[in-house]
Amino acid sequence: MLRYALKRLLSLTISLIIASIVIFAVIEVIPGDVVRQILGEAYREDTAAALRTELGLDGGPVSRYFSWVTGMLTGDFGTSYTYRTPVADLISDRIGVSLPLAIYALVLSTLIAFPAGIYAASRRGGAGDVTVMGLTQLGVAIPNFWFAMIMVLVFAINLRWFPSGGFPGWDKGFWVSMKALTLPAIALALPQAAILARVMRSSLLDMLGEDFMRTARAKGLTRRQALWRHGVRNALIPVLTIIGLQFAFLLAGGIIIEQVFYLPGLGRLIFQAISARDLIVVESVVMLLVFLVILVNFTVDLAYAAVDPRLRSRA
Amino acid sequence: MTIRATLLGATMLSLAAGFAAAQTDITVAIQLEPPNLDPTGGTAQAIDSVLYSNVFEGLTRFMADGSVVPGLAESWEISDDGTVYTFTLRDGVTFHDGTTMDGEDVKFSLDRARAEDSTNAQKGLFAGITDVTVTDPLTVQVTLDGPNGMFLFNMAWGDAVIVAPESIADIASNPVGTGAFQFDNWVQGDRLEMSRYDGYWGDAPALETATFRFISDPTAAFAAVMAEDVDAFVGFPAPENLPQFEADPRFQVLTGNTEGETILAMNNGMAPFDNPLVRQAVTLAIDRQAIIDGAMFGLGTPIGTHFAPHNPDYLDLLDNSPYDPDRARELLAEAGMPDGFTTTLKLPPPSYARRGGEIIASQLREIGIETEISNVEWAQWLEEVFGNKDYGLTIVSHTEPMDIGIYANPDYYFQYGDPAFVAIMDELNATTDPAARTALLHDAQMMISEEYVNAYLFELAIATVAQAGLQGLWLNQPTAAVDLTGVSWN
Repeated sequence: MLRYALKRLLSLTISLIIASIVIFAVIEVIPGDVVRQILGEAYREDTAAALRTELGLDGGPVSRYFSWVTGMLTGDFGTSYTYRTPVADLISDRIGVSLPLAIYALVLSTLIAFPAGIYAASRRGGAGDVTVMGLTQLGVAIPNFWFAMIMVLVFAINLRWFPSGGFPGWDKGFWVSMKALTLPAIALALPQAAILARVMRSSLLDMLGEDFMRTARAKGLTRRQALWRHGVRNALIPVLTIIGLQFAFLLAGGIIIEQVFYLPGLGRLIFQAISARDLIVVESVVMLLVFLVILVNFTVDLAYAAVDPRLRSRA
Repeated sequence: MTIRATLLGATMLSLAAGFAAAQTDITVAIQLEPPNLDPTGGTAQAIDSVLYSNVFEGLTRFMADGSVVPGLAESWEISDDGTVYTFTLRDGVTFHDGTTMDGEDVKFSLDRARAEDSTNAQKGLFAGITDVTVTDPLTVQVTLDGPNGMFLFNMAWGDAVIVAPESIADIASNPVGTGAFQFDNWVQGDRLEMSRYDGYWGDAPALETATFRFISDPTAAFAAVMAEDVDAFVGFPAPENLPQFEADPRFQVLTGNTEGETILAMNNGMAPFDNPLVRQAVTLAIDRQAIIDGAMFGLGTPIGTHFAPHNPDYLDLLDNSPYDPDRARELLAEAGMPDGFTTTLKLPPPSYARRGGEIIASQLREIGIETEISNVEWAQWLEEVFGNKDYGLTIVSHTEPMDIGIYANPDYYFQYGDPAFVAIMDELNATTDPAARTALLHDAQMMISEEYVNAYLFELAIATVAQAGLQGLWLNQPTAAVDLTGVSWN
């Protein structure tokens, strides 16, 4: 088990190093220069040179790469070119919106998907199954930003139950903040719930054909009892994998939803930073997201090994 | 009993009405968020939009109609040769941190802006200053290297506001100025808050607190105004929704002019646009009204030269370039290109460029000019078009006030800089007499119009959607500013 964990850890480190090189290289070749962007139409050589020195942009790419990486290892993400504040502060502010939003959306999607998937599996082929699967088709097909706009129209403009966007901040109260995150969370959760419900259903149906289920039935459990006592637990393994992937997506992938609800999250930070060519922010945020995704995968790998002894021996 | 209850009810009602009338907070939305809060350090207009006049003030200032009036300088005297300005500062002005604003702060601000290592984006405004001397705490003498008729105008820019050495270090995140509102808090990505400064030297504003929100998505902007989550949206990004707001008694819609001369710029330094006949052909091929209607939902004033129509010195030169595709084809033939040619058309993100570009491309195709359209981001535009001059045609709105002087710079991205034009500008800079200045400005406008340097399309409009009860918002944008000092609820 230890050897397996070490091996995974090594591959995690290599992935991170490769990712950092790729991110840095890609961002280096994007056309557009932050100094030009800041100075705009008033660009003059002398001002530009002064600004370049002030921002620490006068070194070569290799030395800038190493100072970036070593800085990150010591927790120093550098200073944003345009905001002129430490990138670490920017990120921690934004995570305070993006992380709760991702968790909120994940909880909602799980709360919807589990019952829906189990219900559909237990009514396989019946009217209930067809209805649930039809709805999940719709959930996957409808773009979440469109759904978000419709919700704003109904719940913010007409009914006035929720604000149309923005985020008051946790210091203004827990419930006010949760209220502001509710519509975005629903918009993010629905397509995820639809996918998750489908996975839940098919995973459960697979379980129904397993030997242990037949044994359980033979011992006298009804189909539904067997499904609840033995099926659901075992069906959770693939479902958890999907949840892990979805969480990474929800954390990084809310850019459009954050735009529609003008939320100060990580996605919007990246979006603004790219258009302002604030490359140090882009690099650091993307790197952080890569790190989180790799970390989630690493944890899932370890969890598999704990659950399934075959993986340990194969390693 | 009934009477008493009625009376009580009436009292309550009038109290409630009294409270309602006394609303003293406002939430204003603008599209772009300022990257930082230092108006002396970057060209991002959003910085000025939020802070100009509200938090920071200069020696002079712009009013809503574009006129320049005294700001922190109460009055001034100009020496006979026009090179020495003696400013008398207002007494009793303090910064929001309690320190006094005096001549030393003025000297500090001007010296900092013109210094060798200055990162002020508008360094050119200060280029002529050779010396700043504080003769007493409330008197500052500014010496120029020559007369400059624009100097008082230049000092009104957001880039020329007065800052203090005590608070300069944190200006990008904690701006400390002399304005009627003091900065409280900035939640990056979401909002910026400010409140009335009790130590303000001038009339106290009616508003006590103000919140700026930054909403770039047009759909979100519509929702925020409709849901009344914001009280005003300055620079409303979805012109197609304006009729709906106009019809709604809850709202008022203000459409004013900006300083944005929107032009189809031609690379004068590159064939075939180095040929005036070709430039004239391009200009005559363009139907301005079709662009204004098609790309801007009818918002915008056609212009025939690079000058803002609301400026008293504006000259209507639209007759120089009427829409005449037949004549345009003849001109192309005269220029030796009867079959037209192919060129690039680079379009930055704003809708005036992207939507306008499609229309212009089809209008040019009518006279045989094929365009290869490429959509570029601002960063790319600044590098490729503005920096490297690698383009044939581009569409851009020049939003700086009174910027006709850019035509005197042969190295500017459209590469004009005719010596005769430079001579007019030099004379203008040296002239302070208003009538003579007007005449020179007319000459300048005529010259670039008759030489068809660029195709002048329209003056960019700005739409503000606000709650019906708000008054005092600026209609026009003589400089990027959401000046709240005169705003109140009625």
